[in-house]
Amino acid sequence: MRGILKIAYKLLVNDKGKFAALLMGITFAVFLMVMMTSMFAGILHRSSATVLNIGAKVWVMDPAVNTPANSIPMPDYVLDAVRSINGVRYAVPLYSGGALVKLRSGVYQSVTVIGLDDSSLYGRPELIEGQIEDIYAENAFVVVKDAEFRKLGNPRVGTEFEVNDHRGVIVGIARVTTSGLFGVPTLYTTFNRAISYIPSTRFTTAFILIEPKSNEAVPSIKAQVKALGYEALTKDEFIQKTSNFYKYQTGVGTNVLIMTVISFIVGLSISGQTFYTFILENLEKFGALKAIGAKGKELVYMILFQATFTSLAGYGLGIGLASLLITVARLRLPSYAAMITFVNLGFAFVMVLVIAGISSYIGVRKVLRIEPFDIFRG
Amino acid sequence: MADLAMRATELVKWFGEGDAKTVAVRGVSFDANFGEMLYIVGPSGSGKTTLLSIISGILRPNEGTVSVEDEDIWNMKSDQLAEFRLNRVGFVFQDYHLFPRLTTVENVAIPLILKRLDWNKSMDEAMGFLEIVGLKDRARLPPVKLSGGEQQRVAIARAIASRPDILIFDEPTASLDGDTGRRIVDFVKKNILNEKRCIIIVTHDSRIFEYADRIMKMEDGRITGFEQGVGHEE
Ligand SMILES: Nc1ncnc2c1ncn2[C@@H]1O[C@H](COP(=O)(O)OP(=O)(O)O)[C@@H](O)[C@H]1O
Ligand SMILES: [Mg+2]
Repeated sequence: MRGILKIAYKLLVNDKGKFAALLMGITFAVFLMVMMTSMFAGILHRSSATVLNIGAKVWVMDPAVNTPANSIPMPDYVLDAVRSINGVRYAVPLYSGGALVKLRSGVYQSVTVIGLDDSSLYGRPELIEGQIEDIYAENAFVVVKDAEFRKLGNPRVGTEFEVNDHRGVIVGIARVTTSGLFGVPTLYTTFNRAISYIPSTRFTTAFILIEPKSNEAVPSIKAQVKALGYEALTKDEFIQKTSNFYKYQTGVGTNVLIMTVISFIVGLSISGQTFYTFILENLEKFGALKAIGAKGKELVYMILFQATFTSLAGYGLGIGLASLLITVARLRLPSYAAMITFVNLGFAFVMVLVIAGISSYIGVRKVLRIEPFDIFRG
Repeated sequence: MADLAMRATELVKWFGEGDAKTVAVRGVSFDANFGEMLYIVGPSGSGKTTLLSIISGILRPNEGTVSVEDEDIWNMKSDQLAEFRLNRVGFVFQDYHLFPRLTTVENVAIPLILKRLDWNKSMDEAMGFLEIVGLKDRARLPPVKLSGGEQQRVAIARAIASRPDILIFDEPTASLDGDTGRRIVDFVKKNILNEKRCIIIVTHDSRIFEYADRIMKMEDGRITGFEQGVGHEE
C-alpha cells in the first residue's frame, strides 16, 4: 500500500501548477477561518479583562449584568449579607467605573477606574514600579502598563493629572495579563477614593468579590446569593456569560460568526472546486490505473491520501500565514486583539477535515464510476 | 494442438438504449491460443476495441462469456476481476496512456506496485523490463520527453511487467511511422511472444500483417472469417 500512496503522492505533487492551486485554496480558507476566529477570540478574551486581571474566584452581581464593563451598583446591605453566608471566607466590594482624566498637556482622556477594597486590596495588580502600599497615599493612583498606557502620555511614578477636578498622582505602574477591549487606559485606586472622586449613583458596589472557604462551598454560596435576589458566578462562569453576551447579543459576535461561516464556505468552494478539477483532469489516469488492475479500494485510498495530504499542508500554511500576520499586526498596533487559541486551531482543523472529506467524496464518486473503456477507446 | 489461452463465446455488446442503441459486437466467438500472434482486423467502427475490452476484463458484455482456464471472467467479483487484469492481462492502449508526471521507470513499475512489491524492488524489476525494450537509459525521463516509438515501447514494458500470459495491443502502430511500427511488432514477435503467451493485436495496418499467425476479420460487429497469416509456420 505504501507504494500505491507514493504513486498518489507523485501524481499530486509533480503536477506543480494544479498542486499549487489546490494548496492556495486550502491555505486561503484556513487563513480566513483562523483570522476570523482569532479576532473573535481576542475580542472575547479582552471583554473579560477585568475578571481575569482581578482574579477573584466568585463574583456577586445584579442578575442583569452582562459584562464586567457594565455593572449595576448594589446596595451596601448585600455586602453584609454575603459576608454572613456560610462558606464565605471573606467578601470585599469592587468599584468599577469610567472617569475623565485631564492630562498635564490639557488633553482629556477617558479611563476605567477600578477601586480595590481599602483594607485588603483584594485583586491588586502586580507592580513593576512603585509599592502597592503607596496606593493609600493622598490622591494616589496606580496605572496599568498595557496597550493603552501611552494614551496617558506614558506617565511615570510622580506624574500628576486631574480626575474630575481632583488632583491625582501616579504612585505605581502595574502589569496585568489582559488588556481591555475598549481602548481606554486603566487606573487602580482604593474603593473609598474611587467613590469620593468619581460622581456616583446612590449605590456604589459594582461587584462583590468572594473568597470561598473551599471549592465545595461554591454551590451553596451561589444558592444563598440567589436567595438574596443577586447572582454569584465563578470566574469561568462570568467569562462565559460575558462571551455569550458579545457572541449573541452584539453586532460584533454575529458578524464575526457570519464571516467565519462565509470564509468556510468560500474556502470549501475554492478547494472543493480545485480538487474536483484536479480529479477531472486526472480521470484518464485513474481510468488507466483501473484498467491495469487497481482495485476500487486502492483508488479510494489514493484519493483520500491526496485530499488529506493537501489539506494538512494547506492547514499548516494557513496557520503559519495567520500567525505571521497577527504577529506583524501586533508589532505595529500593540492593542491588536486577535489571538490564536487551541480552540481556533481545532475548529479550523475540523473544518479542513470536512473540506477534505467533501472533496474526496466527490472525487471518489467520480473515479469509481469511470469506465476505463471510455477513456482509451481513442 | 496448441493450448487454449482464452475462449470467447457468443459475445454481444451494445451501447445506449432505444433509438440511440448501437450494437458494437453481435455474437462473436473465437479461441486464442498460447504461442500465437492473433490479429483482429476490420474497418474502423467494426467493434474491435469493444471486443478487446471485453476479453481483457475491462468492459462488461451484455451477453456471452469469456473463459480463461475454464472460468468465466465476467462471473468474477470486481476485486477478483481487477486481479485478473493485473496478473493475467497486459493491455497496450492505442494512445499508450502513460503517466506524464511519473518517470519512465515509474510508469513501467505501476503493475508491480499494484502487486504490492515494495518500491525499490519494483523499480529494479521495471528497470529490467526497460532494458528488454532497449530504453534503460531513458529510465529517469518523463515519458513526454520520448519519441512516439519509444513511448510505445514503454507501454509494452509496462504491459509485460506483471508477466501476463495474455497480451493485448490496440492498434499499436497507428500513431507510428511505418518503419518504427514494423520494428516494434518485429521486436514483440521475437522477444515477447513465447509458448506460454498469447498476443492479440488489433490493427488495420497491412504493413505488419506479415507477423500474424492467424488473422480474424471483423465487420460490423461480426466475424467474417479467419485466415492463416504469413507469419504462421507449421
Ligand atoms: N461508449 C460508447 N457509446 C456509444 N457507442 C459506442 C461506444 N463505444 C463504441 N461505440 C460504438 O460501437 C461501435 C464499435 O466501436 P469500436 O469498438 O471502438 O470500433 P473499432 O475499434 O473497430 O473502431 C462504433 O459504432 C462506436 O461508435
Ligand atoms: Mg478502435
